[in-house]
Amino acid sequence: MIPYTPEQLALRLETAFDVEFTFHKVDKLVDILAPLDRDSQDFILGWVDRIASTNIQISYEFTRRVVEALDRLDRRVIEAWAVHAMDTYDSKGLHPALEVLRKVDDFLAHAHAHAAGAFFDEVKTVLSNFLCGLSGRRLALKQGEQVHTDSERLFLPNVSASMETEADNFLLCKARVAFMWAQTRFGSCRVDFAAEFAGYDDPARALAAFQALDNLRLEACLARELPGLWRDMQGLSARHRDAALAPGWQAFEQALARDPDKPEAVLALLREAYTLEPPAPRVYHAALDPQAIAGIRNARMAREKMLLRVKLAQLAQEQREEAAPQTSDKPAEEQAPAQFEARQDGQAWELTLDDQPVAPPEDVKQLLTSVSLDWGEIPPEMLTAAGDGEYDPALYEDKEKDPNEVWQGTYHEEGAHIYPEWDFARQHYRKNWCVLREIDLKPGDAGYVDEVIDRHHGLVKHLRRTFEAMRDESKLLKRQVQGDDVDIDALVEALADSMDGREMSDQLFMHMHRADRSMAVMFMVDMSGSTRGWINDAEREALIMLCESLETLGDRYAIYGFSGQTRKRCEIYRIKTFDQPYDDATRARIAGIVPRDYTRMGAAIRHLSKLLNEVDAKTKLLITLSDGKPDDYFDIYRGQYGIEDTRQALFEARRSGIHPFCITIDREGKEYLPHMYGHANWVEIDEVRKLPLKVADIYRRLTT
Amino acid sequence: MDSAQSPTESHFITNEPYYEPVGNEVSLFEAAYANRLPVLLKGPTGCGKTRFMEYMAWRLKRPLITVSCHDDLTTSDLVGRYLVKGGETTWVDGPLTRAVRAGGICYLDEIVEARKDTMVVIHPLADDRRMMPIEKLGQLLEAPPEFCLAISYNPGYQSVLKELKQSTRQRFVALSFDYPKPELEARIIRHETGLDESATAKLLKLAEMTRNLKGNGLEEGASTRLLVHAGKLIAQGVEARAACQGAVSLALTDDDDMVAAVNELIAALF
Ligand SMILES: Nc1ncnc2c1ncn2[C@@H]1O[C@H](COP(=O)(O)OP(=O)(O)OP(=O)(O)O)[C@@H](O)[C@H]1O
Ligand SMILES: [Mg+2]
Repeated sequence: MIPYTPEQLALRLETAFDVEFTFHKVDKLVDILAPLDRDSQDFILGWVDRIASTNIQISYEFTRRVVEALDRLDRRVIEAWAVHAMDTYDSKGLHPALEVLRKVDDFLAHAHAHAAGAFFDEVKTVLSNFLCGLSGRRLALKQGEQVHTDSERLFLPNVSASMETEADNFLLCKARVAFMWAQTRFGSCRVDFAAEFAGYDDPARALAAFQALDNLRLEACLARELPGLWRDMQGLSARHRDAALAPGWQAFEQALARDPDKPEAVLALLREAYTLEPPAPRVYHAALDPQAIAGIRNARMAREKMLLRVKLAQLAQEQREEAAPQTSDKPAEEQAPAQFEARQDGQAWELTLDDQPVAPPEDVKQLLTSVSLDWGEIPPEMLTAAGDGEYDPALYEDKEKDPNEVWQGTYHEEGAHIYPEWDFARQHYRKNWCVLREIDLKPGDAGYVDEVIDRHHGLVKHLRRTFEAMRDESKLLKRQVQGDDVDIDALVEALADSMDGREMSDQLFMHMHRADRSMAVMFMVDMSGSTRGWINDAEREALIMLCESLETLGDRYAIYGFSGQTRKRCEIYRIKTFDQPYDDATRARIAGIVPRDYTRMGAAIRHLSKLLNEVDAKTKLLITLSDGKPDDYFDIYRGQYGIEDTRQALFEARRSGIHPFCITIDREGKEYLPHMYGHANWVEIDEVRKLPLKVADIYRRLTT
Repeated sequence: MDSAQSPTESHFITNEPYYEPVGNEVSLFEAAYANRLPVLLKGPTGCGKTRFMEYMAWRLKRPLITVSCHDDLTTSDLVGRYLVKGGETTWVDGPLTRAVRAGGICYLDEIVEARKDTMVVIHPLADDRRMMPIEKLGQLLEAPPEFCLAISYNPGYQSVLKELKQSTRQRFVALSFDYPKPELEARIIRHETGLDESATAKLLKLAEMTRNLKGNGLEEGASTRLLVHAGKLIAQGVEARAACQGAVSLALTDDDDMVAAVNELIAALF
């Protein structure tokens, strides 16, 4: 393809930088980009647009620097560089972000390593799930400077590049994650470091010795628990040319391998190891940071002790009410506090109360696991249910759970719906997080629809025909080999045949073919500000085409728009409910679809899925018409957080039996749409004309 | 139509099916049976419900007739219909009718999948009338004392609309099934696959790991059935990582990220 002309480039850049308002000069940039081939131009312009949606100045700076970088760097690295700049902007602000771009050489210095490196953002999803599969306390994977754990979070650097190949660097991340998991799982984090090292002249040296011993112990645990990974770790260490252990340390290694489960084994050898020079760490080892651990641990131990006792009190009450409802009106003081017993069987917890087994709910199980990791066991006093008023409820009731906080918002109104949101980083739901209201959409120009149908009348006709062919009605099928009833006509004929000595047909039944299309479709229309212009037109035209088609099928469908600003003001606009006909009023509302604010897609999906699930239909489709990715005003919802929440909301929808589908009027969706909707469940259109065929396709796939 | 005509005798289970009781389900079922109460088996997929029914049928020495329900299952499919044979129309009993007449055990698997109108035919059979009307014959069959109706259902991932109606569920004695405890599950896997102790232990760990992922990207963890499948492949000589990828990760989910994560867990274990 031929490169863009300078005029075309100027136009693209002026649009991206909004020069009308920002007065950026694009001439110099055009000069830089003009000599490049078309592929490189497209690559750069793609990123220019993407960065500009975060911040124009960063995008401008990126464009100035990128060509020089292009010569020296792999595209993957350039992407990482751009993303790093945007992340820096999100977390630290404009100046540090510009600094990242200006100091391209810092980034380039490691160019080779970067090309083969494992990037945190690329490994995070798989390794977070990997981590979640391992037993023990729920841990979160985070990005940080140093590879270490604070006993709740594991930190990996932005790029891991100690190994030569990309595959090995991924494996290195995995090995480090497993190693830090082992530190939390096999007790390294419950050691009271301050007390243990107090008796040594040089606590830093004692820590180094402890850590070297503990590494050996954890390796023995990993060799036993995850033998496949342990083989990989040995391979990594060999390829990284880690030094062999000195003989003295080999003896420790053997001693620790005999009973590696508890850190006490390490403490028993500490005196002796203190006198030796500690070995260099292996490539996958993680630092032990006693301060980071202690701070987090002390707070957690206090909190979980209280939480466990409070939850056990609730459990005991439920249990006793179930056992003897008539005694429940006995005043609480007369009852001794319930004393539970807990036993761990493999990974499962067994609780007993008054010799009766009690099934612990998920949160109690997690608490038991976490507590036993900190204490090494569960101290019996922590299994005593908390008495009334022993703890201040304000201490243990999660603040986020307080709906009042949400309700006190200025936008509080009768009839608001409250939805949770998925926080991918924390891997749990933020409860009662989004406040959503349904609003009637103001009708627009009533003539608009006719005008569109006029303009596209050929298409409308073609569409109606396509959809008509899909319509199937109940009909009685005669002369079938199987069926619910005998086809008397066929039978009489067959008997006559057989009396004449001819072969008798076996097609003697009638079968009622039911018009069981039973389909309900929910259209969810993006009304965010970014749809302003042709996308909004495309959405409205597409909707009109779809309505015209669906009317011929007689399927039930509804149309809602969504937009809003921040989690306290998610708005859903009623355009057509399932019960409303496609009449002039509906048509006027379609015409009235206008771009508004931002897109918080998760809440919209959750709400519309709920409405869709109230309809009794065999097949349920949730079709999103949108221009791009989830985004909300000055908010973490922009970026990965929003994508992951949307994905989670779609996952919930799918689990409830809905088929989600996305029609995007955007060229940039390719990377994240498969992640959110799954490979087969989205289409991208750049012209309304192509839409009907694609939708007919979706329909056919789902109904046959 | 062959199966429709096969004699009920062939549904007698002559060899003791291998079943490891998980709790008190055997005695509960026997008590329900003695009192002519219908039974509802609840539990996740692949945890031994079907195997349990085979075992109980053998224990009680009754024929077992199993019907897998699906959304096109009509009342006629259960009750029976007219067929034309050799120039005459003859009535052929459906599986439910055959079970009633023979005093057998009728097991309706995944009952919620059946059409709503179909489910209603079991109502009079499932309460103390124990009757089955056969409209097309104008007959009212009374179930003999040996007859037993059992249905199964997985409460986990049915949509709201596919939940069992109260009027249906409240007719049954419910038995709840779950994955067996580790030692028991190990014994089952060893018995079903012939694997040694260490390979079995790894499969169990894998199961535990995938069950940790339930609700965090996976709809359901690996069932006992999947472990048995993986074990059989391994026993057959398939390389362990490949066996588990085929029998476990790909069987569990289509989500690329989750398949990758489960594969990493497999690679860490084997
Ligand atoms: N308690 C058990 N004793 C013996 N085998 C068992 C037991 N539990 C599970 N299994 C094994 O698991 C396999 C799957 O069990 P089964 O087919 O009975 O599952 P199910 O509960 O009927 O599942 P679905 O709901 O999917 O039909 C059996 O073939 C058997 O190998
Ligand atoms: Mg079964």
